[in-house]
Amino acid sequence: MTDRDAGAQPLKIVIVGHVDHGKSTLVGRLIHDTGSLPEGKFEAIQAMCQRRGMPFEWAFLMDALKSERDQGVTIDTAQIWFSTDTRKYVLIDAPGHKEFLKNMVSGAASADAALLVIDAEEGVREQSRRHGYLLHLLGVSQVAVAVNKMDLVGYSQERFAEVEREIRAYLGEIGVTPTHVVPVSARAGGHVVNAAPEMRWYHGPSVVETLDLFEAPLPPTDLPLRFPVQDVYKFDDRRIIAGRIESGRLKVGDTLLFSPSNKTATVTGIEGWNVSAPAISAGAGQSVGVMLDEQIFVERGEVASHLDQPPIETNVFRARLFWLGKRPLRVGNRYLLKVATARHLVEVQQIEKVVDTTDLSSAESEDVGRNAVAEVVLRSRGMLALDEFRAAPRTGRFVLIEDYDIVGGGIIGMEGYPDQRHALTVKSTNIFNVEHRITTPARWRVNGHKSGVIWLTGLSGAGKTTLSLEMERQLFLKGYQVYVIDGDNVRHGLSADLAFSPEDRAENIRRVSEVAALFADAGFIVITAFISPYRSDRDRARAIRPDMFHEIYVKADLDVCEQRDPKGLYKKARRGEIEVFTGITAPYEAPEKAELVVDTGKSGVGDCVGALLDYVERNFAAADLQRPGEQAEAKPGAPATRRASTF
Amino acid sequence: MNHLDALESQSIYILREAFRTFDKLGMLWSIGKDSNALLWLVRKAFFGHVPFPVIHIDTSYKIPEMIAFRDRMAKEWGLDLIIGQNTEALAAGMNHTKGRVTCCTALKTEGLKATVEKHGFTGIIAGIRRDEEGTRSKERVFSPRGQNAEWDFRDQPPEFWDQFKTDFAPGTHVRVHPLLHWTEVDVWRYIRRENIPVVELYFSRNGKRYRSLGCAPCTAPIESRAATVDEIIDELESTRTSERAGRAQDKEAEDAFERLRAEGYM
Repeated sequence: MTDRDAGAQPLKIVIVGHVDHGKSTLVGRLIHDTGSLPEGKFEAIQAMCQRRGMPFEWAFLMDALKSERDQGVTIDTAQIWFSTDTRKYVLIDAPGHKEFLKNMVSGAASADAALLVIDAEEGVREQSRRHGYLLHLLGVSQVAVAVNKMDLVGYSQERFAEVEREIRAYLGEIGVTPTHVVPVSARAGGHVVNAAPEMRWYHGPSVVETLDLFEAPLPPTDLPLRFPVQDVYKFDDRRIIAGRIESGRLKVGDTLLFSPSNKTATVTGIEGWNVSAPAISAGAGQSVGVMLDEQIFVERGEVASHLDQPPIETNVFRARLFWLGKRPLRVGNRYLLKVATARHLVEVQQIEKVVDTTDLSSAESEDVGRNAVAEVVLRSRGMLALDEFRAAPRTGRFVLIEDYDIVGGGIIGMEGYPDQRHALTVKSTNIFNVEHRITTPARWRVNGHKSGVIWLTGLSGAGKTTLSLEMERQLFLKGYQVYVIDGDNVRHGLSADLAFSPEDRAENIRRVSEVAALFADAGFIVITAFISPYRSDRDRARAIRPDMFHEIYVKADLDVCEQRDPKGLYKKARRGEIEVFTGITAPYEAPEKAELVVDTGKSGVGDCVGALLDYVERNFAAADLQRPGEQAEAKPGAPATRRASTF
Repeated sequence: MNHLDALESQSIYILREAFRTFDKLGMLWSIGKDSNALLWLVRKAFFGHVPFPVIHIDTSYKIPEMIAFRDRMAKEWGLDLIIGQNTEALAAGMNHTKGRVTCCTALKTEGLKATVEKHGFTGIIAGIRRDEEGTRSKERVFSPRGQNAEWDFRDQPPEFWDQFKTDFAPGTHVRVHPLLHWTEVDVWRYIRRENIPVVELYFSRNGKRYRSLGCAPCTAPIESRAATVDEIIDELESTRTSERAGRAQDKEAEDAFERLRAEGYM
């Protein structure tokens, strides 16, 4: 059995463009002029047209539904096979009507390359642009353009040049360079397969030659291994991990890391049925079943990779998505996310902008309507294993489900968000927690107040440092054990090895969280003053000592902070001298459930410190610390038993 | 990975998605070459097992060789075979002379509907292909059917990036089409590579062979000298006749097949 006996792999081409620009006609013409039309089909179409009292209509070849023919509009995508002398093709006809965008997407997403059809008379229209933009989002990077209906513009070279300029400019802006732009008359057959004597001024390839010049895609075996678990089978005594390799290769003997559970196991075999010899390796595109050396618990949705190139782990990511839902997408809405084989509930945290695909302008908006394209931030409760689309397309894209329907699809970016894998991984082994002989409550009783972490978060310039230092001073004078950990200070020592990438910032916050928790154990009220822009980092800090953690949102609008600019950092960021700067080029995720909000834009320093001290007095009082039978030394609501300060 | 490997991997992926999604899953087995290849793919996907029942909708008018083949293979492969039949319509004398489309609707569509209801299937695997016929060309891999098994071809769900419609309302079911992306000659090439058994009717006898199998009164053999799988592949590489040319029920009206399928025909 040779590869030749398997037949040739056809190239899949999608035909897209605005409604009535002649896509179905061009398909009919291609099939006919390459001699691929089944016997009797031409006559059948002729009969259908005569019955309707209309001239011969090529579109009827693909418009297989009677309602499509009666209305003269393509409703759903269809596929047809044909061959040139060079190779085999599947042509995917996609509807151009805006109402049927979901069908266009369904057709276009599986294509290897696209032919964008534009009416020479009408020029570049709304769906020409939207389809061009969507091809890019769908990952179809090879695009050629057919400027159709040249017969209607008298085969004018000038008109062709105008349309060509316009579409090249648009596609150029979204990063697409068409391989060729061909002047065509699908109805008359000019430049589809045959030459066109009326357009001798054109010296480029015909449509069919353009198709033959597209490159056949290769399976992404050179990318990092991504093997999403589809199912785990135990039909007999074998326990088989089933799935399709989306990118890369795996072989017997490889150690696989499963994310997000972070379990590892070694491949002992690749199972098959009716195979001459068991496979020892498999690559991208293959549906396989692997056996592992250990009976680890893995389930559908986990992604296996090699240890050195794992997917990103995160619970928040950016997405560029197209929305097909009948109801608009809104901030706070929840959807079911499907990425590879995993399903997670996600919430729309933010709509950054809605893109107008006709002129590529973008606007802020509260919601994303049907057929719109937008950039959003999505958040899930649990950890996701995923990739950036540009790094690994097949595990870097997702769909959203509302009720029972797919309502949108998108591609993933992580700009400004850290990979949380390191924050989650405990590398040390053989460690045991030692029980202290002095408990934290015992320290509280000696100190006369409870301890804990007062975590200030807010934009640079919001007043975290000012408030923390003043709070520390006043609490100290009142006899509290209190200490401030400041952002700039730890950068000189504890975190001197870290820079400002999202990963390094996350690591910095992790270290501070752990140190702060130790201070709290030691009986201190520890105040931290860090921007700490990511909710996930703060949630992790909270998780160390949930009952001793107090999140305080030091609130001030970005423009207020920028006016204050105490360290001149905003000016530097605006000049581009600081690459990643919260509020300008990186996100700030405001707390959802802060214990206290102080608005320094609205209140002065004195009032804000007052509110903070009041909070401390209410929450760190020693009143309920007494051993049974002991007399309360303090009245509720006031910190009591102050020890005299030492000066 | 060659062309057949790619087709096979995609079909296996679809079958595994279906098996994971539906509590009550069944596969339609028409005894034709496509559903035989499909059954083979099921065993590939599930490592030799067929983990769901196989359904044959028996109109009682099938060509006798087909029924003999069915019973032999079901035994050999240890299939959990469900035979569905609209006995009521047959008792009332339904046959193709009442109108071919009427007969197909009663014996196949209604027969299937009753079987789906009786066993409570939520997922039905069928071996249709896009290259067979225009309305099938517009199908989805996971194609939802309404309360009445009807196909709403005017408003099909979006389907892309191999994310299928795996969520559906109670009382509805989903047709799953793992062979949608295959062509007729692909199926024959796969039959050759894997040595998949098929009914003898496909091979030329006295200058004629069946290219597509159905009920005896409505299915005609074509002129052909192709007596082996190799010869069939050679014939298909050069023919321009469509596969269903021998199927009479498609031709009663311009949209005969479309109407049949909208009502729930496979």
